[in-house]
Amino acid sequence: MKARVHVRLKDGVLDPQGAAIGRALAQLGFAGVGEVRQGKLIELELAETDRARAARQLEAMCERLLANPVIETYAVSLED
Amino acid sequence: MRAGVITFPGSNCDRDAAVALAACGAAVTSIWHAETELPRLDLIVLPGGFTYGDYLRCGAIAARAPVMAEVARRAEAGVAVLGICNGFQILAEIGLLPGAMISNAGLKFVCRPVDLEVATDASPFTAGYARGQAIRLPIAHHDGNYVCSEAECRRLEDEDRVAFRYMDNPNGSTARIAGVLGAGRNVLGMMPHPERAADPRLGGTDGRILFQTLLETLG
Repeated sequence: MKARVHVRLKDGVLDPQGAAIGRALAQLGFAGVGEVRQGKLIELELAETDRARAARQLEAMCERLLANPVIETYAVSLED
Repeated sequence: MRAGVITFPGSNCDRDAAVALAACGAAVTSIWHAETELPRLDLIVLPGGFTYGDYLRCGAIAARAPVMAEVARRAEAGVAVLGICNGFQILAEIGLLPGAMISNAGLKFVCRPVDLEVATDASPFTAGYARGQAIRLPIAHHDGNYVCSEAECRRLEDEDRVAFRYMDNPNGSTARIAGVLGAGRNVLGMMPHPERAADPRLGGTDGRILFQTLLETLG
């Protein structure tokens, strides 16, 4: 089963990289771009076939390694 | 004093830390990250470097290395633990210190000596400095922008756990924090490199005081 973990900086944590992307977009002439924030997407292939068990496994992976709860939030999605 | 310096894949200041400690009279053991048992130690050093290429987040993968479970146990038992630069990031990642590090506000790797204020002398690491003393140590990092919640920041201030503060904040850190102590005051994480300012031939000795102080306070 394929899964995706989307890790983002929490609201309120400054994102210097997102800000730099925003400035570069403005330089290219893209007007009307508000705040830009950059996250990361982690794609995983799981041997697990049960969706509920896979979701629990992913939750544990996020808590223990994939995200840092001090500065990041995460969202998990399983492919059909 | 028996000191152990842990080497992870990608550590690059491990030897410098060992040399600085040995020059002050410590008996230094090098420890590979895959170890699960440690000898009797008075001080554990997590050195600077770029463990695992800074993949995922700086220090994130090293924080889950086999040796870290025992490091955490020793820290909780009161053994002094010093994390320098990447070592600080590892200590934050494993939760022995509050907060986290993100990219420098200026998005550049900053590699230069910086002026610091010693914010507390109440620790086995900083007792040899005067509170408020100005010192100069080198920094060399891309992700040294210290982030912590407002509540956590207030607690650090209330409990006198900010060890060092930047004078000019080269990376955008919350409250100009360059180093913090754990709740038990036996764990210190700092972005500046004291081991790179421990020999007059290498441009300064302000860092040497920290190692000498450890020798004096830990025996």
